[in-house]
Order: sequence, then C-alpha cells, then structure tokens
Amino acid sequence: MSAHSVAWPDGSVEVAAPPRPPALRAPAIVRLAGGTAAMAQAELRKIRHDPFDILTRAVQPMLWLFIFGTAMAHNHAIAPGGIEYRAYLAPGVMAQGALFVAIFFGLAVVWERDVGQLQRLLATPLPRSAMVLGKATGAAVRSLVQATLLLIVVAIAGVGLRWTVPGVIGALALLALGTASFACLSMLLAACLRTRERFMGIGQLITMPLFFASSALYPLSVMPGWLHVLSRVNPLTYEVEGMRRCLDGTGAHELALDFLFVIGFLVVMAAAATKAYPRAVL
Amino acid sequence: MLDAREAPPAAVAPAARSERRAVEVADLVVRFGDVVAVDGISFHVEPGEVFGLLGPNGAGKTTTLRVLTTVLPAGGGGARVAGYDVAADGLSVRASIGYVPQALSADGALSARENLEFYARVTGVPRAERRRRIDDVVVAMALETMIDRLARTLSGGMLRRLEIASALLNRPEVLFLDEPTVGLDPTARASVWERLHELRAEAGTTVVVTTHLMEEAERHCTRLAIIDRGRIVAEGTPGELRQRHDADSLESVFTAVTGHDVPDEGGRLRDVRSQRRMARRLG
Repeated sequence: MSAHSVAWPDGSVEVAAPPRPPALRAPAIVRLAGGTAAMAQAELRKIRHDPFDILTRAVQPMLWLFIFGTAMAHNHAIAPGGIEYRAYLAPGVMAQGALFVAIFFGLAVVWERDVGQLQRLLATPLPRSAMVLGKATGAAVRSLVQATLLLIVVAIAGVGLRWTVPGVIGALALLALGTASFACLSMLLAACLRTRERFMGIGQLITMPLFFASSALYPLSVMPGWLHVLSRVNPLTYEVEGMRRCLDGTGAHELALDFLFVIGFLVVMAAAATKAYPRAVL
Repeated sequence: MLDAREAPPAAVAPAARSERRAVEVADLVVRFGDVVAVDGISFHVEPGEVFGLLGPNGAGKTTTLRVLTTVLPAGGGGARVAGYDVAADGLSVRASIGYVPQALSADGALSARENLEFYARVTGVPRAERRRRIDDVVVAMALETMIDRLARTLSGGMLRRLEIASALLNRPEVLFLDEPTVGLDPTARASVWERLHELRAEAGTTVVVTTHLMEEAERHCTRLAIIDRGRIVAEGTPGELRQRHDADSLESVFTAVTGHDVPDEGGRLRDVRSQRRMARRLG
C-alpha cells in the first residue's frame, strides 16, 4: 500500500506530514527494551497478586522428583555414573515444569483472555517484537519463581547438588532462555491454531514428546538410536544438559554449546512468533 | 486538569494541531478473501468532533477502525490520522492516537493503577511525567476511589473508564473507541459518555466512536456517518440527517437510506460468543 494512488479530497498527492510525535524520540531499541521490561514487570505484579498458580504448578515437578525419582533411584540402568538419581533428575523436572508454564502461556491468547490487550498493544508504538519478547519474558519470570521454589525444596530435602553461586545462576539463566523460547513456540502455535480445543490437543501432543525425547528423565546413553537422534535436536535436551552441568556436573555437552543452541532456538522462535502472533488477535 | 494543549510538546505546535483534519479517509477498501468488508468509503473528521460510525454488526465499522489504528492494512485507497499516512507512517499514527477495542483490554489481574502504569510505559510517556499524567487521567475519568483495586473486581462502567483513561495517557490527538458502551447498563453508559464530553470540552480531544445503537449516536455524536455493508450511505449531524430524510429518528433515517430495517442483532457465532463473554466479564 502506498499513498500515491490515493485521491485525497484536497487534491493533494503528498502532503508534508507533521513532525514525528514526541513519543518516538527514544530509539527503537530503547523502546523495545522498555516495552519488554514493562510486560515483564506486569507479569511479576500478577504473580504477587495471585501466587496460587505458581504454587500449584510447582507441585507436579515435585511429584516427579520425590515419587518417580525415589522409585527409580535404585535402577542402575538410568542412574548414571554413581550420582544420586534425584540429583540427576532435579534439573530435568525444573525444566519440565517450566516447559509446561511456557507451552500453556500461548493458551491465554486463544482463550481470548488477552485478545483485547493485544489488539490494544498493536495500536501503540510498542514494537511488535516487544509484545512477543515481553510475553516470553513474562513466562520466563514465572518459570524462575517456580524454579527457585523447587531449588529451595531440593536443598531442604538434602538432594546432593553441587551448590555454587555461578552454577545456580547459570542454570536459572538457561532455564529462563529455554522457557522464553518455548513460550514463543506456544505463541506461534496459538497464532496458527486459533481455537482452544485445537490448542489443548496440540499442546499435549507437543509437551509430552518434548519431555520424553529429552534427557530430562534418563541419560542419552540409555536411549535407543532413533530416540537419541530426536533428543539431539530437541532444545529441551540442551536446556537440561546445560542446567545439569551447572548444578551437578553430569551434563553430557559443553555448556557453551547448550547456551548457543537454546539462544539460537529462542531467536528463531521469537522471529517466527513476531511474524505470526499479532495476526492471532484479528 | 487534563489539557492536551496546556504544555504542547516541543515538536508539535498547537496551531498545526488544530488546523489540519484529525482523520481523512479516501476511497478506503478492505477485503478478506472474496468478502469486501469496506467498499470504498471516504470521510473526514475535524479536530474536536465526536464522530460516530453508525451501523449494524458486520457493516465494516470495526474494520475501518482497525485500518485507522494501523492494525490492518488497507486493500485500496488510504487514510491519514493526525496528519500521518496510515500506510506510510503507521508508527507516527500509533504514537498520536488512543484506542480502546471492543474486547476487554484492561488486565484483570493488575490493579487499576498498575494498568495505567503499564500503558504509560508502552505508549512512551516519559518517566518524569508518568505520575502526573496518571493523576490527570484518574481525575478525568473519575477513577479516584478504585485506583488500587484489582481491575477484575471493577464494574463494567468502571472498567471502560479505566480503559479510556489508559488510552489518554499519551495525550492522543484522536481517541478511537470501538463500541464503548456495549454490555453496559444505562447508568454506566451515561457515566462513560459524560466523561467523554468533559474530556472533549477540556482537552479538545477528537473522538471517533463506532456504535450500532442509533439512539446513542443521535444523542452523543456531533457528526456521524451511517455505514451499511461496507459503504457510507449517509453523513452529517444527527439533525441534518433527520431533516434531510424528513425522519423523526436516526432509525428512520437508516431505513430511508438503506432501503431495509436495522437488521436483527445477529453476527457470526464468534462475534456473538465474544460479545456475550465480554458482557459477562463486564457484568
């Protein structure tokens, strides 16, 4: 669409536009960062007003850790290299809990909860990528609160992780990046599927295979060949392996590779979601 | 009080603001596949008007608003808002307007103040001015007593006023409201309109509003366009329209210019569903 084909009532083809509005004085990158921060802040405030959701969502990973983990502790086939199985499992269930938070974040859109808000945001100078990054950061904020709760419980229960400050920070950083990218994937799906029923189906269809075809529950070495291949391209594997390297030193990859893979996945998903997501609300 | 001209931003001189048309639409066409939702409409809005787009559901009102707010691209023709071309300089348009969609846009999980703080940030209100602007719109929309309540606990009329307040933070040149009183009871309706008229009187804000309620358009719009099946079939002040068609109400004008009655409120399942949900939420 260009202006040149328009028959303006005053007969003009081009009219000198007024100067740029003052709201646009800040450079685009500053507005992007500011908008993303505003959305993340809103998410934190929502958690503060209503922490119930976070608490209930933290229960499932704990069940995996303390029931499944305890039951499987003596299965030497999956308990790798003499390390306590629950210590091995802890990063896996943290990532799994965060994955669920992220995937069901997109549901908010198809549930129409956010429809008016997003229509509204589309008509503000907020960059569209900030809408996606802001939502993704919101999901990451939620997952960080949840993961911190889990880490506290794990510490109290005496699960033998290597507790170092850089290790915990590194693990949480990787978890946040992974959650943000899965939230982008979820927004992309929401944009394509558009109805709640379809989303619920696909959401389940995606989370469980992602979870099982990763090294969240068992090491890559016990997987049959085909599953090994799948988990090698599964971003969740890299997220979990990196967290493991940070928290208990058993990660199978190089930490840099894990970060690179997860960041790459985030960039691709954020770009795709930025293109598709705003359409979901129209 | 809320006065957009009280301290004009350095970049926009007040004279420039009042001399040019707030909205200009020329031969606008929007198609969705084979469906022509907006079929070559032209109209303009002068600064300070309360301009109504009046028509039944599905007439093309919301689609027109979405083009004017740059959310949807035009399929033909063009439009300028606050002097900026919606196609060529959408960003400047978005920085110059306020928009309240029909769907609920306040965040129920945040307090009224937090909603305002959020929109102040995303619409680019400078940090140093945020507090003052928020205080201004709180007064303008009479939100003082509910400012610290969670938005989900507010009544429908209060929510609408909160949404309008958050659309005023950037001191918009043009405020677009899509069916602002749908789902509200008569008292809440009256209160929303009362605040809008005060805003217009005090700040001179131009308001473009869509509605399917003939009576509401007649009472509150300074000028309006009747839109039916994507075309503008009549335009003028409510008085002019009645006089021109020798009618005692806009409803009769509508019948006279379209050749059919105001259709039953039907709409697609999706519209009906979202409206009912909206009404329930706004309760």
